[in-house]
Amino acid sequence: MKWETIFRRLLIFMGVVLVLIVVGILITLIKESIPSVKSSGFGFLWSKVWDPVQNIYGAYPFLIGTLLTSFIALLLSIPFSYAVSIYLGEYNPKGWLSNLLKNSIELIAAVPSIIYGFWGLFVLVPIIRQIETKIGVAPYGIGVLTASLVLAVMIIPYAASLGITLIRMVPSALKEGAYALGATRFEVIRSVVMPYTRTGLFAGVLLSLGRALGETMAVTMLIGNTPTLAHNFKDLIFGPSNTMASVIANEFTEADHEQYLSALVELGLVLFFVTVIINLIGKRIITRFTNN
Amino acid sequence: MDARIGIRNTKSMLFKGLIVFLAFLITLPLIVVLLYIIKQGVTQVNWHFLTHVPTPVGEPGGGIANALVGSLLMVGMASVVSIPVGILTGIYLSENPHTKLAYWSGLCVDVLQGVPSIVIGIVVYLWIVKPLGSFSAIAGSCALAIMMLPIVIRSTEQTLRLLPPSLKEAALSLGVPYHRVIIKVIVPCGFAGILSGIMLSVARIIGETAPLLFTALGNSYLSYAVTKPMESLPHVIYTYATSPYDDWHNLAWGASFILLMFVLILNITTKLITRKWNIQL
Repeated sequence: MKWETIFRRLLIFMGVVLVLIVVGILITLIKESIPSVKSSGFGFLWSKVWDPVQNIYGAYPFLIGTLLTSFIALLLSIPFSYAVSIYLGEYNPKGWLSNLLKNSIELIAAVPSIIYGFWGLFVLVPIIRQIETKIGVAPYGIGVLTASLVLAVMIIPYAASLGITLIRMVPSALKEGAYALGATRFEVIRSVVMPYTRTGLFAGVLLSLGRALGETMAVTMLIGNTPTLAHNFKDLIFGPSNTMASVIANEFTEADHEQYLSALVELGLVLFFVTVIINLIGKRIITRFTNN
Repeated sequence: MDARIGIRNTKSMLFKGLIVFLAFLITLPLIVVLLYIIKQGVTQVNWHFLTHVPTPVGEPGGGIANALVGSLLMVGMASVVSIPVGILTGIYLSENPHTKLAYWSGLCVDVLQGVPSIVIGIVVYLWIVKPLGSFSAIAGSCALAIMMLPIVIRSTEQTLRLLPPSLKEAALSLGVPYHRVIIKVIVPCGFAGILSGIMLSVARIIGETAPLLFTALGNSYLSYAVTKPMESLPHVIYTYATSPYDDWHNLAWGASFILLMFVLILNITTKLITRKWNIQL
């Protein structure tokens, strides 16, 4: 056989390997969570008790914990990621200051999550504890709010770097038209730039959300890891909780029987589906946006 | 009329002020974290720290040699597998953008990029650790390799797509066989882009803890055996940071400092490469 043919086949083979890896991941996750699905059925996500000793597995507390931390983090991060996108996309797209800021934002994403977790545990937790004492809630220090704060910082780069690119793509003819009509800079941003990039910026927020849902280490170190769900609102926000990813991280090596392991794998499967779907929707929006 | 223009201009200025304030405010946590890690870590690091294994609680000294060796070994093994596979897949995707297989592989790259690292950990546990019956460095590097792949593939694909088609056409018209065109012309032209993708992916996986938790596990002794549990930098930080002992916390600060330096150096070098490359084009 000619080298050329071999090389072409090798390339095709690599493409197939990639598909096989992903399909393999999916099949493994589904196959290993069958025992858990059989015993808990669809109640898995809605029942509230997680007790491995009694072999009862309900993921509801972790579902709520995951959604709560991710959405608080998202809400906190959106103003910042939008501000960065607008500043670096519109006000200051060139020059050393712009480069410096852009590089520092990329650096936020580069710092390993374990380092954020470690720092949060020793610096942020005592600060939060003091604040909690002052405002009169139980001073845990660790908890949903602490985890969300750190998470918010960690996910900013994903929405921001996309936002910068998209805002720079707004045709200058549109903006100049608005300026010619006498619009101020704020009005141009509000009524030309933002409407033009709205769906794209939303896609960036989705990518951030995908990151937040699957983030493990920093959250595990800061959220307090309790299997029960708090009863009142205050404890829900300030008190310890748990997320799906951190349950897996904490309990996977302790899972000593098949049922337990399978329940944890099912958590992983849920996490896999949710993050993948969110990411794919985000990516689809971006492709559509950049192609137009 | 004048008053209204005044109000609108003020609004515009206030908005700009708010944007600038928020945009620069987010560098604050980064600076605080970096400075804190450097302050806490730099005093821990010396030759002894880099060449000795951790001591039991209460004994002075001790270092992170086992984690350093483990991290480098596992990242190295992961790179050996996923750099060639990633580059070849990237070439395939950029060369055949419209085939059905390319669509599905591209989709799979997107999926892999979005999968939480902890899920990769679970899967590799089920694939390798469970059948072999023991945690191992091989399993760890396999998980890292899977995390690395999408970054290498995407950067290769995007770099090669930017190359002008005339380059390939010129080489092909000289009668050069296809594989030699790719290896001798296309890849060298996109070398800087591919290299920066590789370095970014290494920077990303060297700090990954979650996929190693139930694959490589951890090991408080220096080990070169790839079928045995192995320590790694992020894992040593996790174990010692969550321990109740001050000695161990200090060890973890030192390890964080080393890890941070790795990541920073890799990222800055990547930036320099891409900048230089952009100027040449």
